[in-house]
Amino acid sequence: MDLTELYQDLILDHGQKPRNFGKLKLYNHDAKGHNPLCGDNIHLYLNLDKKGIVTDLSFEGSGCAISVASSSIMTEIVKNKSEKKAQELLDAFFKMIKDNNDLKKIDLTENEKIKFQSLSGVNKFPMRVKCATLCWHTLKAAFDNQKQPINSEVID
Amino acid sequence: MSISVTSQFPIFKKYKKLVYLDSANSSQKPISVINAIDNFYRSKYSNIGRGVYTLAANATEDYESTRSTLKEFLKAYNGDIIFTKNATESLNLVAKCFGENFLNSGDEILLSELEHHSNYVPWHFLRKKKIMIKFIPVNKDGNLDITNIKSLITNKTKIISLTHISNVTGKKTPLKKIIEVAKSKNIPVCIDGTQAVAHTAVNIKELDCDFYAFSGHKMYAATGVGCLFMKDKWFEKFNPFLGGGGMIQDVDIKNITFANGVSKFEAGTMPAAEVISLKFAIDFLKTTKIKNIEKHENELISYAISKFNKMKNIIFVGKPDKSSSLFSFNIKGIHAHDVSTVFDQDSIAVRAGHHCCQILHKKFNIASSLRVSVGVYNVKQDIDALCESILKCKKLFKIQ
Ligand SMILES: Cc1ncc(COP(=O)(O)O)c(C=O)c1O
Repeated sequence: MDLTELYQDLILDHGQKPRNFGKLKLYNHDAKGHNPLCGDNIHLYLNLDKKGIVTDLSFEGSGCAISVASSSIMTEIVKNKSEKKAQELLDAFFKMIKDNNDLKKIDLTENEKIKFQSLSGVNKFPMRVKCATLCWHTLKAAFDNQKQPINSEVID
Repeated sequence: MSISVTSQFPIFKKYKKLVYLDSANSSQKPISVINAIDNFYRSKYSNIGRGVYTLAANATEDYESTRSTLKEFLKAYNGDIIFTKNATESLNLVAKCFGENFLNSGDEILLSELEHHSNYVPWHFLRKKKIMIKFIPVNKDGNLDITNIKSLITNKTKIISLTHISNVTGKKTPLKKIIEVAKSKNIPVCIDGTQAVAHTAVNIKELDCDFYAFSGHKMYAATGVGCLFMKDKWFEKFNPFLGGGGMIQDVDIKNITFANGVSKFEAGTMPAAEVISLKFAIDFLKTTKIKNIEKHENELISYAISKFNKMKNIIFVGKPDKSSSLFSFNIKGIHAHDVSTVFDQDSIAVRAGHHCCQILHKKFNIASSLRVSVGVYNVKQDIDALCESILKCKKLFKIQ
């Protein structure tokens, strides 16, 4: 197992300088996620317009490079996409991380695909899967406006 | 180094590259302990305390002689030792039984900010009875600040429960001074000795505490067995903790009377093989000599601290103590879990997280840390491998 496959430059960059970090001024959906074993936590905010488009989203929290990078990349990719599309991406993400499926059919720009796939290395590090998936679970909870924080121990 | 016992631990034959620096979490097992369990099931097994036949009598004798061995090992002559599931259960027993009979609304319990969750959560449950919990504070070095101990212990303080050695900083609690004050006010003291028993000589009689809790699995014995020393007087004063077989004297449709002594607190079938493994673990500790073990472990930790001090961007949790078997740290700019993944690639086992001490971590404004903890089987090369891996980690994350 090669560590540089897990910690690609893109991940290190997003881990150290997360995009869309902070609390949105205007949001109508939010949810919290927590990984009690590691202490990773995330609070996700998003604004969903009447047509079901995520016009903006951001996150706050702390965690390891994988969890911060995954959150940062997720917010970049999901921004300006529909809720339906976001759900599809979520499914694709879990398939990629857990079953090592590739993304042939996914409808993303080349740049987005590279970002999305930068997290695929986690597949070879089962102990770290939770770190990468926490934000996506939290995204789902945010769409549902779930009050109870997501607990990665219970889900994955 | 003064001792060489690594060859007695089969795990290091199986995983030649393993650098196990997580003994504070649980220790590896020597062959004598593994054989004892195997032998018990192969040629000595029966349930204890139930049958009159020879096999049962012998098993019971082995079980009970473990208790005597433990009492002698810890100089626990002024009370007796109850077997439980783990240190956590031992501490729950004290909190529940003491809380039931001796705590009322407005009473105070004194703990410290260093406590493992297992010496806080069971007491927290008593807040339902409107009981106040106070904490001895930790200073910036991660040491307990007992300058105000006399005012922290008030007329309302009904019990004090403290760790013997912190499982995050490795520091010994100044128990003698605290117990002195407690005694002068007739306040019982409970000690969580989980990180002490396998690493330093413990003399319960001299400590003069009322309760002393620990786990077998951190002292080279099997999982599934914990211990609780209680001073004699509490055996009558406490109601039973759990109800069931083995803890009764007489049962009828209306009334039940309970057994006396340790039996009152050992309900149901006990983990006999695991308890007996503890006797062999103590034999191992006695043969290796706790004095030698402490010296060996302190040397390794001193060596590690001096190497760490030469590296940049290492932040210790509190001030590390050279006379210890563990310390915790972070690498500035890299999350503990990322570091731990890098270590794992080099077969280095180190615990990353809050080590069940969130109060202490929050005090230092961190969510997690890495804990290096050594046992009898560790050698200097393990520390060297750890330092190598830290350099590798920094390189990967582009940190100096
Ligand atoms: C100081 C301390 N107390 C209590 C415990 C709880 O031990 P166990 O999980 O075996 O009950 C631990 C172990 O993690 C510990 O380090």
